Order: sequence, then structure tokens, then C-alpha cells
Amino acid sequence: MLERSGFPSLLAALRQHGYRVVGPTIRDGAIVYGDIREESDLPIGWTDRQDAGKYRLERRADRALFGYAVGPHSWKKYLFPAHERLWTAVRTDASFAVRPEPVEGPPLAFLGVRACEMAAIDISDRVFGKAGDPAYSAHRRGSLRVAVQCGQAGGTCFCASMGTGPGVRKGFDLALTEILSPGRHYFLVEVGSREGAAVLSGLPLAPASQTDTAAAEAVVARTAASMGRSMDAGGLRDLLVNNPEHPRWEIVARRCLSCTNCTMACPTCFCNTSEEVPDLSGERTERWRRWDSCFNSGFSALHGASVRSSTKSRYRQWLAHKLGTWHDQFGTSGCVGCGRCITWCPVGIDITEEVAALRLPAPPPAEKKP
Amino acid sequence: MTPPHKPRLGVFKFASCDGCQLTLLDCEDELLAVAGAVEIAEFHEATSAGVDGPYDVALVEGSVTTADDARRIREIRAQTRTLVTIGACATAGGIQALRNFADVEEFRRVVYARPEFIQTLGTSTPIRDHVPVDFELRGCPIDKHQLLEVISAFLGRRSPNVPTESVCIECKRRGNVCVLVAHGTPCLGPVTQTGCGAICPAFHRGCYGCFGPQDTPNAASLVGKLEELGMARPAVARVFRTFNALAPPFREAADAAAKEAVAP
Repeated sequence: MLERSGFPSLLAALRQHGYRVVGPTIRDGAIVYGDIREESDLPIGWTDRQDAGKYRLERRADRALFGYAVGPHSWKKYLFPAHERLWTAVRTDASFAVRPEPVEGPPLAFLGVRACEMAAIDISDRVFGKAGDPAYSAHRRGSLRVAVQCGQAGGTCFCASMGTGPGVRKGFDLALTEILSPGRHYFLVEVGSREGAAVLSGLPLAPASQTDTAAAEAVVARTAASMGRSMDAGGLRDLLVNNPEHPRWEIVARRCLSCTNCTMACPTCFCNTSEEVPDLSGERTERWRRWDSCFNSGFSALHGASVRSSTKSRYRQWLAHKLGTWHDQFGTSGCVGCGRCITWCPVGIDITEEVAALRLPAPPPAEKKP
Repeated sequence: MTPPHKPRLGVFKFASCDGCQLTLLDCEDELLAVAGAVEIAEFHEATSAGVDGPYDVALVEGSVTTADDARRIREIRAQTRTLVTIGACATAGGIQALRNFADVEEFRRVVYARPEFIQTLGTSTPIRDHVPVDFELRGCPIDKHQLLEVISAFLGRRSPNVPTESVCIECKRRGNVCVLVAHGTPCLGPVTQTGCGAICPAFHRGCYGCFGPQDTPNAASLVGKLEELGMARPAVARVFRTFNALAPPFREAADAAAKEAVAP
């Protein structure tokens, strides 16, 4: 148990243990992830109202530190940066020399990781682990996950139906439940690892009573009961894989902007492209990796033409991979139910609505040759 | 690897504001490297010492708005191996292509004291409408990093790495908060080609579409969103009729909105 007044000591302890603390902060009308130097960097007393294609910050009636759902950023911006130099090559007399890019800086402490985000990081660990990606491993190594149990669900949240939340059950180093009861504001702290326990030593903690534990359970139960959306996750792999000609793809493609926002906001979308950036002299070149998207025509370009030239084929590719063939490739769904793709789609395309429509039987084709 | 002579670069201006040519001078740190790598044979913004062609690479700024322009671009093309157009004027007619939707004769009569001195065509058209173009670099103005990439690519005999995807992807990579979703600010980012670095949304403004349409734009769907945000049809037509008014997807979106705006 950590009283609200003791919260700054947690931030201080994280820093003392050598972590760079990153977490929720307000910027440009949204709760984004950034460096947390002191508790006033946190979105104290703010929340978000979310719907398809719409996000607004609002004041809360209380002074909660974590009283919001998830924002436009996800932790992938730290683990898999949007632009990253992988190596540099310099021409030598007869050949060239490659200098790998060092990853420097202190290990990261992610403050305020939600259940869906824990699941997203676990998925990314598998995806990048399978690929043996040195850059991802370097950012991930030594990082600490300070989870927060969700105190309220956002309008586009559907983690409960994806089985990823809202309660954080495993994998965390520390897990906080923020409890706001009349006259008392405090945190239930759960310890999930030795690293997490080390941070807690010396903090002004009190043992949790049964009442406190019950209050914390009630927070998660209340959130689970107030999900903004839901998705029937049963048999999704087969549904997606077996319906490539469903008429719904055409309908969604009329709305889809092919702008990539859903994939950029998605905490598990990992598509990227690598490019060589040579200087004018031709003596030195750098290899950069940047976020790419299956919604870009260039993403599926093979010797001169794009394999997926239509928006319909790109949307189908995204959804069929995310909810379908992801299972074949990585053993889980690629969707954690965070709702970002719904909120941050400029025209509000709703993945839960699309899946529901795909479940409806396709009407028979108008014409059919015998 | 060393070519027999330094590649000869020509920079040419048609109807334009010179901003794109100035991007080359704006390269500052890299300018000396460019000057070392090429022989600048023609560049009126930088030197009056013009050298006749042929040119290995010609950077062409501006649109064709006079009969003389139409003749001159053919001459340049004939003397040039690789012709690259730079900027919205050269690739989509520019802001001056708004004349294509108006009565130029009337402008001439009303604006000029001696209309007979003004010799102009009724339209502003992109360079590609007149001669074959090897590469079109978008933007109003162009981005200096993309310009260096194009020059570097042609010197290195490789294709330039200039993405044709939306502004949104760059906006998200930058970590910007979407102004459309979070502020309700009209933004052309989803239908516009990246290249600027998503500057306007980074400063809480919607995208103005300076780089023209992305490769698979869905303007009709975005127009629905703009209207939902309260933008009236004439305003929708206006946002698509700016620097890239002649680019077909923007032109169609503006024409549709303008037509519906006057319909009873």
C-alpha cells in the first residue's frame, strides 16, 4: 500500500535505481508518453473521452493520476522507434566497413502500462524475438514494467472480450491499482519481480488489508463491466482466412483512407522498411529503419508494381493478418483490444463493427454462371 | 567509378515564386558538397554565368503559362538527359492554375492598365503536359532533404527514395497528436503525400495539401469527415483548390464539392 502522498518517492526510487522513467503526460490535447521527471508531469485530474474517430481530453472530478484509458502513443515508440539508424557503412580501399549502431542510455521504466499494453509488449517480444532483432532487444533489455490496473474503460476499449484485460495478472515488475475512496487516495502495489521489489525497498509502504485488496479488485471489476465496445473473438482466425471475397471488404474500402493511422497507433503493428541513406560523395551510407504500413502501396511493391494495389486488398491484408494469420505466425491474435485503431482512424472505421459484419453471411452473388 | 566529367546541372524557372530553387541554396551545409559533385551550368538565382547545354540533370521549377514557356521547355528537354520537375507549380500547375477555373481575359482587362502588354495563356499547366519528365519532386515548396536525395540518387545512378504515402504516417512517426481526431481541425493529411515532415500538424494546423495527393487517396471519404466537422461545400472546394488544384484527385474532389454547392 502506498499513500498518494508517497507517490513521488516511487518516482525518485525508479530514478535512483538508474531508470529513465517514461509515462503518461499531456501534450497537444492528448495523453501521450514522454519523460516523467516529477509527478506534475502526469495527467493529474484529466481523463479522455473516446469514440470512433474522436478523442477529447476532459477534466475529472477528482485528482486521479491514471484516470484515463490509452492515448495515441504506445510503448512501441521506445522499443521499436519510428526512425532508427541500424548501422553505418564507410567505403574502404577495396571494400567497405560496417559500424553497428550502439544503443546507449539508461534502461527504461515504463510507468502506467495497462493490461492491453502488457499483452502488446508480450506480443512484440515474440515477434521481434522470433526475428532475433538486435535493436528491439537492446531497447527492451533491462526495462521495467510498472503496470497500472485500469480504473475506467475508454469508449473504444474492448480488452475484456479479447481476454487481455482490464486486469494485469502477470509479467509486470510492479502493478499499481489507484484507489480513490472518499477521503483517501492510495495505491495497492503488487510486486511481480525481483527488480520490482528492489525499487520498493525504502518506500513508505504499509501492508494491504483485506479491505484494500477487495477495493482494488472492485476497481478492475468495475472497469471490465464498462467496456466501450466488444468483439466476439471466437473462431476469428478461420473467419478471416475463409472470407477473402466477403462483400464487406468492398464496403469498408469505400471509407478507408489508406492513410496508415490505424497501423501507426496499433501497439503491435511492427511493419517497417529499411533504406540506405548514402551521402553525396558515395563514401558513406547509413541504414535506417522506419515504421511502414501494409496500407502503403509501396509496402507490397515487388519489382515495379504493388501486389496490393487496391485499398480493399490492403484493409483485408491488415485485418486478416492481425486477427487471423497472426495466430499461425506467432501463436496469438495480434489484437489486444486497446481500441486505438478505432479512435485514431480519421473516419472512425471500427474494427469491432467490421468483424461483426464479416460474421454475417455474405449474400449470394447476383449473377452466377452455371 | 569516377565519371569522365562532372555532371552538368541546370536549374530553370518557369511561372513560379522561386521558392523551390531557393531550397537548393537553402541546403547550406550540403550546398558545397553539391557544388563539388556537379558543375552548375545554369542557375540564375545563384549565378548569372549561364553555360549552354547539354545538361545531365535539369531541375525545372514553375508551370507553363505563356507560349514562350511552352517553346522554352521543349528546348531544355532537347538538351537534357534527366529532367526533374521541382515543386507544385511544375508538377501540378501551382496556385496560378486557379486561372484554369476562371476567365483570364477578364483578369487582364480589370487588373492591368495596359492589357495589351500582357501575353499569357488561358491556363497554367504542369511541365509533364508539354514534355516527358523523368522525375517529379512534389511540394510547395519542395523539401531540401528530398531534393538532396533526388540529386544524390541521379548522381549515384539509382532511383530516388521519395515515398508517395500519406502525411499521416510521418505525423504518427513524429509522435504528433492527430489534429483531426483530437482537436476536430480539418486536415488534408490523409489524402496528401508525405515529404514535408508533417510540419503543420506539429504546430496544431491541419495539412494544406502542399505535396499533392498521396498515391491512393480517398478524397470522397475525407470530404465526408470535413463536412461532419462543419465545413460547408464551398469551403471544401476551396481547400482542394490551392497549390495542387490540377492534381486529378484534388481537382475531382473540388469539382464535386463546387458542383454540389451550386446545385439547388
